[in-house]
Amino acid sequence: MTKDTLGTVKEFILAEFLPGEDPNALTSSTPLITGGILDSIATLKLVGFLEETFRIQLEPHEVDADNLDTLAAIERLVARKGRAT
Amino acid sequence: MIPLTLQQRLERAAARWPRRTAIEDPEQGSVDYARLDATAGRLRDRLCAMGVRRGDRVGFCLRKSADAVAALYGAMKCGAAYVPTDPLAPASRNAYILNDCAVAVAIVDRRFEAALRREFEALGRVPPLIVLDEPPGRALPLETALDRLDGAQPPPTASTEPGHLDDLAYILYTSGSTGKPKGVMISHRNACSFIDWCSDTFQPGEDDRFSSHAPLHFDLSILDIHVPVQHGAAVVLVGEEIGKDPVRLAPFIAAQRISIWYSAPSILSLMAQYGNLPAHDYGALRMVLFAGEVFPVAHLRSLMEQLPEPRYFNLYGPTETNVCTFYEVIGPVPSERTEPYPIGVPCAHYRERVVDELGHDVPPDGEGELCIAGPGVMQGYWNLPEQTSRGFLASGDGERWYRTGDIVVRQPDGNYVYRGRRDRMVKKRGYRVELGEIEACLYTHPIIKEAGVIAQPSPDGLQVRAFVSTRDGTRPSIIELKRFCAERLPLYMVPDVFVVRDRLPRTSTDKVDYQKLKEL
Repeated sequence: MTKDTLGTVKEFILAEFLPGEDPNALTSSTPLITGGILDSIATLKLVGFLEETFRIQLEPHEVDADNLDTLAAIERLVARKGRAT
Repeated sequence: MIPLTLQQRLERAAARWPRRTAIEDPEQGSVDYARLDATAGRLRDRLCAMGVRRGDRVGFCLRKSADAVAALYGAMKCGAAYVPTDPLAPASRNAYILNDCAVAVAIVDRRFEAALRREFEALGRVPPLIVLDEPPGRALPLETALDRLDGAQPPPTASTEPGHLDDLAYILYTSGSTGKPKGVMISHRNACSFIDWCSDTFQPGEDDRFSSHAPLHFDLSILDIHVPVQHGAAVVLVGEEIGKDPVRLAPFIAAQRISIWYSAPSILSLMAQYGNLPAHDYGALRMVLFAGEVFPVAHLRSLMEQLPEPRYFNLYGPTETNVCTFYEVIGPVPSERTEPYPIGVPCAHYRERVVDELGHDVPPDGEGELCIAGPGVMQGYWNLPEQTSRGFLASGDGERWYRTGDIVVRQPDGNYVYRGRRDRMVKKRGYRVELGEIEACLYTHPIIKEAGVIAQPSPDGLQVRAFVSTRDGTRPSIIELKRFCAERLPLYMVPDVFVVRDRLPRTSTDKVDYQKLKEL
């Protein structure tokens, strides 16, 4: 059994973009893009990670704050894309 | 009145106020103007006998003391420029400095002698040294050393070299971008134009007692030491140890009845937090001057609430111009204010221009580099003609416009606001990012005590790293800090990495040490 989506993405974001942060501080509703954690380059790195880890393809129009601004939104996006493929 | 050189100003003070206290040294007691001038005169005689002439340099590596003050005047009485070094700096650095400007004589404390000699020998030339011992009792170590030298053969009495206003008065070495310190050459005219501006602006009198908190190699010391001499006032030397300890310093300032305080903001911030200020009587304190760094508003507010009586001035200027703009902060500081106070308007002896990268004047409300012209602007960097010419604007108008390297913008009310360093402007993702602006943002965060931001290359391009310490030592949430920045700065300016530390490394002049941050 692999780790759940939310935990996997959370671990990636903490390691890549929030070194030193208390893991408990990053919740499923913490704003990532509007909160300054992910800038444009970081967002692209996250997209690459999601596509590779969950074997999904994101369309350019899906790479936005609506789909990526919180761990909860990312989890929904991955679930939706996973079903579609 | 014919303007006088610094050495003439001391002699004038000794004639007018011989018995007034010139220097209050907590360890050695009071030294009056007659004694200060006499000791400086004895040193002049000795230095002249050792061959020091007008136009030479005399260096020193001395603990801040009445001797050190007498020594710098003694050097100037020969017509020489004084070159103070940082007694806490490595001997190799101080030997480099004294060798670089080829001092004719160096005056050093005994404990620095051996290491300096070794470094001088490695450089190939050991200048003649006058070595000061810690004497018993209250004799000044300089007097004791001169007694010892005179015992062998007293020097003939020399007369004070009146000098010329365009002679060098001192050389202050600052850190150079190349890694080697560079010497800022200041003439008597440069120094006196600043001192006279201080006299006009702060109206000191013979009853004033100035603090001397900054070390003598730091340009804040020019006000501390030379302005009191102009007015027969006293300077109270603040020792290295007590100067860093807010718990001891706060009662010291009260007990010494200091009336004009001048320092970098950092120690004032510490005193506001830990000094228990309301417990002491600051009835004598009438002015608080600060310079060298942005004063975090939260601490300034706290200080001014605890000590509402004095007037507060933010003084701004690089060593190359000394203070060139100033701003009086009128209290109380509004509770909602977070942005730092302006650096203000040019001092009366200066004129300013604000230029873009090409050296063209920006519109009145435009952002650009502050350039300064006037009688206080340095002569140049010692023995560095290329760096000197790069330091000035190629304007063609016959004026020497010193480029401060500081980015400013003019408010509608005429006051300039400091935005950051020109050379701390980096390009990230193609955007111009002023690292100082990120720091300024972080300083508006209520729990941030210190902030230092650097840019370093990384596989993903330039990475902006923010080092912070907090007021109460707690670990801030990095998510919260990023959100705080994202609410105030463009997203590309939000630091990529935050590093929380108990305190940030500082240079000998108490500024955030970016070189060290890059090595962390």
